[in-house]
Amino acid sequence: MNASENGSHVSFLEHKGKYKGILSWLLTTDHKKIALLYLYSIMIFFFVGVILGLLMRIELFKPGETIMDAQTYNGMFTIHGIIMIFIIVIPALPAIFGNFFLPIMIGAKDVAFPKLNLFSWYLFIIGAIFGVLSQFIGEGSPDTGWTFYVPYSAESSTNVIYALVAAFILGFSSILTGLNFIVTMHRMRAPGMGWFRMPLFPWSLYATGWIQVLATPIVGITLLMVIAERVLKIGFFDPALGGDPVLFQHLFWIYSHPAVYIMILPGMGIVTEIFPTFSQKPVFGYTAILFSSLAIAFVGYFVWGHHMFTAGISYGSRWFFSFLTFIVAVPSAIKVFNWISTMYGGSIDLKPPLLYAIFFIFLFMIGGFTGLTLGSVATDVQAHDTAFVVAHFHYIIFGGMGFAFFAGLHYWFPKIFGKMYNNTLAYAGSIVIFIGFNLLYFPQFIIGLQGMPRRYFDYLPQFQTGHQLSTIGGFILFIGLIIMVYNLVYHAKKGAPAPSNPWKGVTLEWQIPSPPSHENFEEIPQIKNHPYFFGESTGNK
Amino acid sequence: MKNEGSHISSYTSHAVVLIALLALTAISVAATEWHFGAFTVGVALLIASIKVATVIINFMHVKHESLFIKAMVSGVFVLFAAVIVITFIDYYLR
Repeated sequence: MNASENGSHVSFLEHKGKYKGILSWLLTTDHKKIALLYLYSIMIFFFVGVILGLLMRIELFKPGETIMDAQTYNGMFTIHGIIMIFIIVIPALPAIFGNFFLPIMIGAKDVAFPKLNLFSWYLFIIGAIFGVLSQFIGEGSPDTGWTFYVPYSAESSTNVIYALVAAFILGFSSILTGLNFIVTMHRMRAPGMGWFRMPLFPWSLYATGWIQVLATPIVGITLLMVIAERVLKIGFFDPALGGDPVLFQHLFWIYSHPAVYIMILPGMGIVTEIFPTFSQKPVFGYTAILFSSLAIAFVGYFVWGHHMFTAGISYGSRWFFSFLTFIVAVPSAIKVFNWISTMYGGSIDLKPPLLYAIFFIFLFMIGGFTGLTLGSVATDVQAHDTAFVVAHFHYIIFGGMGFAFFAGLHYWFPKIFGKMYNNTLAYAGSIVIFIGFNLLYFPQFIIGLQGMPRRYFDYLPQFQTGHQLSTIGGFILFIGLIIMVYNLVYHAKKGAPAPSNPWKGVTLEWQIPSPPSHENFEEIPQIKNHPYFFGESTGNK
Repeated sequence: MKNEGSHISSYTSHAVVLIALLALTAISVAATEWHFGAFTVGVALLIASIKVATVIINFMHVKHESLFIKAMVSGVFVLFAAVIVITFIDYYLR
């Protein structure tokens, strides 16, 4: 019987610390409460981004001006991109699930630098507020797209500086979180937990942390250079000032392509935890998954040029980046093979987290294969800057990271809140989201190949059917999200109490009460087995 | 773990590093008077890299760390160097 079951357990939510009320949250250094601060704030911004997306879909329901003019549409897709990329998908998985579960999964009481962890959240909030404010104040919402390409971003009369400052501050938050996690994993693993006994979600955070620390400063400096160009007229990128716009694209994508792996690697880590638990067998190819995470992080540094095939880079650079883009597909394919092999022969229990994880594989594969289309120079020239690209990256980012986020939310919800959600509503939400998602984005592959440009608020009549299907899909997706959020929010308060280990998981977070106590463990655990040890009968040591 | 704990550096070593950094700053300013052609950026980056390495090794105490940590820090330098070299190769090939 654990402490929770005999009634003596005090969870981190009930823990009486130095401060009371709202201050107990705003001044907390508990990694779990900071994770929840991130969860709540990210969910609010997520719905702001979703609403902006829906407004764009309404505008595109028929050709011509429907509910907004072209300039407003430009602002919409820019802020939608900034919110979704810099405020949601880059920080969400490490900041929420990494903060909550990394220390627990490695047998630690907190992260290495708890105060720095809280400071990262404050930086995140300040950056996020700057991002949203840029939409509403000053000279009008920025209209450059989230990529801030110069020379336009150096010349646009809109609030570009606010958006640049927002991305810069958010980048600092990301760097500090990554640094905190790297040090935590180096210094605070439980006795007996060698590197090769560490679960694979922390491993994915380790690979992500290095990208956050090494790649983010480059974009930070680049954004400052754009501000310097706008304010001081120093010619870094603007040809009119003697600069080179292709240099901006190099520097921007040196960060922003690895940033895709900041988004997706923790998602891969989450589903890697889910497949063994709901198959009740050890993960297939632990070492292969581990090294494929590191390989993705490493090779991912050298593929940025595939965003620039049509930007005027050299012929040699084009084949170099195209070749490496195909290489980086290999470790991703290794992971997919291992996830499916983990399920093979297992005792599969298709609970909502596993269903989301399977949807993740399906959608990520579509995103991945269409990525190869864009990684090939010849086909990229055809599809560049079309709706095909929009569909591709939404399949990777929303279909990949987003569905992994939902999978993780349903997997760890009982541990975080100590309550169970309604399974029927969870299945309904996941299926509606899946249908809506595909109806929203798949038509964009087709109209993109037919020539529909991205970022246009108007279009030719032949694209109308595709756009209308897409808009209907957007609303179905929104309904699915409402079902999911209602289920989770309602049952976080009113749900049935969750046992310590509702899914029969074997990693450390399932060996402590739900929700965990303030310091996670009464005694630091001694690690004696492989993290996915389901007993002798599985043949795993 | 080996190499843990604090390391107190002498004032002399701090002064030597400070002088080295000031000298390298003077060199980087002086270098702008010379025309290195295609290698202008390379020279500036080389001087800046020596300054960064001096700070990391001495002020950030990497010289007291284990071989593993030293290898990781070196790896970061190699990674950045590779990224910069690839970018500028594109310029030369255009």
